[in-house]
Amino acid sequence: MSNLEDLYREIILDHYRSPRNRGELPSPPAIRVEGFNPLCGDELVVYLIVEDGVLTDVKITGHGCSISQASSSLMTTAVKGKPVEKVREVIDTFKQLMTVHEATLEHDGEPAKVDLRAIGELAALQGVVRFPVRIKCATLAWNTLTQGLDQLA
Amino acid sequence: MAPGGIMSSYSPGAVRTDTPLLARVINGHTITYLDSASTSLPPRAVIEAMSRYYELRHANVHRGVFQTAVESTDAYESAREAVGRFINAPGGSGEIVFTKNATEAFNLLAKSWGAANLKPGDVVLVSEMEHHANIVPWFQLREVTGIEVRFIPVTDDFRLDLANIDELMVGVKLLSVTAMSNVLGTINPVKDLAAVAHRHGALIAVDAAQSIAHGVTDVSDLDVDFLIFSGHKMLGPTGIGVFWTREEILNAMPPFLGGGGMIADVRTDGYTPAIGPSRFEAGTPPIAEAVGLGAAVRYLEGLGMTHIMRHERVLTGDALDRLSTVFSGRVRVIGPSGTTDRGGVISLDVDGVHPHDVAQVLDQFGVCVRPGHHCAKPLMRRFGLAATARASFGPYSLTQDTDVLIEALGHAVEMFG
Repeated sequence: MSNLEDLYREIILDHYRSPRNRGELPSPPAIRVEGFNPLCGDELVVYLIVEDGVLTDVKITGHGCSISQASSSLMTTAVKGKPVEKVREVIDTFKQLMTVHEATLEHDGEPAKVDLRAIGELAALQGVVRFPVRIKCATLAWNTLTQGLDQLA
Repeated sequence: MAPGGIMSSYSPGAVRTDTPLLARVINGHTITYLDSASTSLPPRAVIEAMSRYYELRHANVHRGVFQTAVESTDAYESAREAVGRFINAPGGSGEIVFTKNATEAFNLLAKSWGAANLKPGDVVLVSEMEHHANIVPWFQLREVTGIEVRFIPVTDDFRLDLANIDELMVGVKLLSVTAMSNVLGTINPVKDLAAVAHRHGALIAVDAAQSIAHGVTDVSDLDVDFLIFSGHKMLGPTGIGVFWTREEILNAMPPFLGGGGMIADVRTDGYTPAIGPSRFEAGTPPIAEAVGLGAAVRYLEGLGMTHIMRHERVLTGDALDRLSTVFSGRVRVIGPSGTTDRGGVISLDVDGVHPHDVAQVLDQFGVCVRPGHHCAKPLMRRFGLAATARASFGPYSLTQDTDVLIEALGHAVEMFG
């Protein structure tokens, strides 16, 4: 059962039950991006507002499993109010966290090269990497956010 | 002596012992396999028949003169005979076409028979509870030929809504429906639908992928025109499916895939297709898979399809009763509530727990259920669902599987409270 508790940590269940920054923003001015996971039917919409290079607001709607919903919620708290460059750094760090290293799967070691102290609550999602089919659930919101930021560029 | 005085060797416990995969231990628990609607687990008889074929007889089929080639051809063709007998094909093995799977068989139906016989404006009537395999090929044909694809609605109690069937049949040239829903477990009145189709001058095709391993299928009695199913859902291997139609329809159908094996003659100015099933079997066919399917048919015949159906009905009734009492409304079954005209496919909607999370928690207990839309998105939309967690029985299932399912579901409900 330790594996399952590693996946469904209390922070994840909390963000699933009470998602932060849930809702819509009027678009325009907000950028609206849709994300789909055609394999499991998860759908979400990310709304973001960037002013003077800062991601001043972000909201998410949609439906999906606890991992995709919690990851969306945790993402909004991690990136809201940060400069876009910093947001991209957080995205990169998270993607690294979600990368399957052989060492991660074969041993019980932590994922390589990610400073867990630097990412705060996002570290709760590190257990996902041991369930490779669920990685796409965790990364859906992040990939959608990246698409939105790319539209700005 | 079994009910009805028929001798049967069927004992679900013995089938379990015959099925090697059911001895596997997953996450510290002996596997509880509840995904037979996706694919069934082959008994040792099937696995060994395929191994013996490769060890002793493997050679390409047809036109071989040497000993193993003759044996290989015999093995391949005897599988065709076994399948023809299993579904009581009036024309026997000459009406059995081997395909890659049921999906390819539907593509054969649409792209060969459909393209040759349907004109712009002709209607193909399917239902809202079809698998994508019986929807998408018709949409593809619509793009080419301009046919209309029409849907029989599904009622709130998960049955085909046949109240206006005569209106729905106007302009219909083919009624193409599933014998049993892979999401709801609903068993459709195929024999009645065949009569309706024929009264309206239409033909009827039946998707038997879900029903074939769970009861008697007799195409002569049902009076249907096409029957499609896959090998791996009836204890056989993957990589082989079956397309059946009456001989006169089959021989009037244009070829589907072109190449070796499907021709009578090839010249520099063209080709003449073969007559009979080989017209639709271009290239080296799935020989070992046919051998495995033949072994699966003989194994199922040994168990007796009526006995399997009775056993699974008892299992399903017991599971439906316990799911509704144990979880008092927190677990909703998306499918008919009783066991009348219903098979052992139980789709679950667990309040507050996404199907992927349900399946993930169940996996920790070695329980295999399938989360997702089950390739039936129009049906999921009909009931406002993105996905369900589906448990389904096979001839090796026992009430102890339901015990473990319910215990594990309890943990999922508790965890997401």
